[in-house]
Amino acid sequence: MTEKRIRVLVAKPGLDGHDRGAKVIARALRDAGMEVIYSGLRQTPEQIVAAALQEDVDVVAMSILSGAHNHLFPKVVELLKENNAGDILVIGGGVIPDMDIPFLKENGIAEIFTPGTPTATTVEFIKNNVKV
Amino acid sequence: MEMEFVEKARAGDMRAIAKLISYAENEAPEAVEALQKLYPYTGNAQIVGITGPPGSGKSTLTDKLVKELRKKGKTIAVLAVDPTSPFTGGAILGDRVRMSDLTLDPGVYIRSMGTRGRLGGLSKATSFAVKILDACGFDYIFIETVGVGQSEVDIVKTADTTLVVTVPGLGDDIQAIKAGILEIGDIFIVNKADRDGTDRLVLELEMMLDLNPQKGEWIPPILLTVAPQNQGIAELAAAIGRHSDYLTRTGLLQSRRKERLETEIIDMLINKTTQHIIRRQSEGGRFEREILRVLNKEIDPYTLVTAIFEETFK
Repeated sequence: MTEKRIRVLVAKPGLDGHDRGAKVIARALRDAGMEVIYSGLRQTPEQIVAAALQEDVDVVAMSILSGAHNHLFPKVVELLKENNAGDILVIGGGVIPDMDIPFLKENGIAEIFTPGTPTATTVEFIKNNVKV
Repeated sequence: MEMEFVEKARAGDMRAIAKLISYAENEAPEAVEALQKLYPYTGNAQIVGITGPPGSGKSTLTDKLVKELRKKGKTIAVLAVDPTSPFTGGAILGDRVRMSDLTLDPGVYIRSMGTRGRLGGLSKATSFAVKILDACGFDYIFIETVGVGQSEVDIVKTADTTLVVTVPGLGDDIQAIKAGILEIGDIFIVNKADRDGTDRLVLELEMMLDLNPQKGEWIPPILLTVAPQNQGIAELAAAIGRHSDYLTRTGLLQSRRKERLETEIIDMLINKTTQHIIRRQSEGGRFEREILRVLNKEIDPYTLVTAIFEETFK
């Protein structure tokens, strides 16, 4: 019998084209035995949520470097809830000032991983918090 | 719970469809119950396999083909199968990148699947996923799979129509014979046909196909495409339609589906039987001890297998 695998959508919302970080995370999650669906660049919150629903993921991991995180991250959480998918774990990463993190957490982003975070930290966080 | 999902999925609820496919992927008991309910509604979709070497443009081609069929009001599901790492069990599934525009189309469902250790390029759950999507009323189901050599043959068992995608510049004509892909293609596509070497590749394919001893009434067409420019896509959609008509008219559709069912049923029986035997033999670590005995030459594996078989079926 196969056990349930953790499925993660790694998504790049917003208009910046820097996906090195997203790809490093994707690779780390894969090496931790997860199935990673990579969305590609410049996804709208609507596209991210539609992909998360179609792929039946357990986690949405978003990376953003454009500065629009305060708008885009909460929007994804809101749309997931509207689609009865509030159980999906949402995490974020990228260039995000410390002062913005409390606001993001209040708005349903479970954790924010800023530059320099060891990938193992992110892997552990997902394993401990995903609802499987 | 799962019955609720079955009704919702039949009504087109994407999340319910996605949940049912997850059950099938995880071999959850709910999957069997759902499939029992859904089976009577299957059989209406045209199942199209798309295979070819990595980088030949399968995802981009699928994206354009889906858009072409959407113009005609058809609904489409795409199963994008990518390899699972045999070392970690993880996978990076990146086919959605080329199909971003389709994400918000309510008539399109895209699902990425890892092969999860199954040889042949197709995940074990693919045939279950196909049935779920078929019962949910999609007009077309595309199965896109990475193909390097013999493993594509698995697709044929699942698809009504198989597209083989190739590109110029991969090597000489021996590559095409070696790969063994000629026997499985119903339609051949030379993608990136704006590149050098296209004419030669077409010529080589024509010669190979001509030599195929299993030639029937259907002569597989060789189509030229340049997917990002949408070149040749309408012709490809038309060829898929012609192949469907041919299958129906000649009765091949029924006979292929019958063969496919036979394979699937045998596979399921093998799975169930193996699991049953291993579970029984593993009680109290017995199986492990027997394997050690074989290792130490106290018994040979053939005698052991015969003994287990007789014990199970007598």
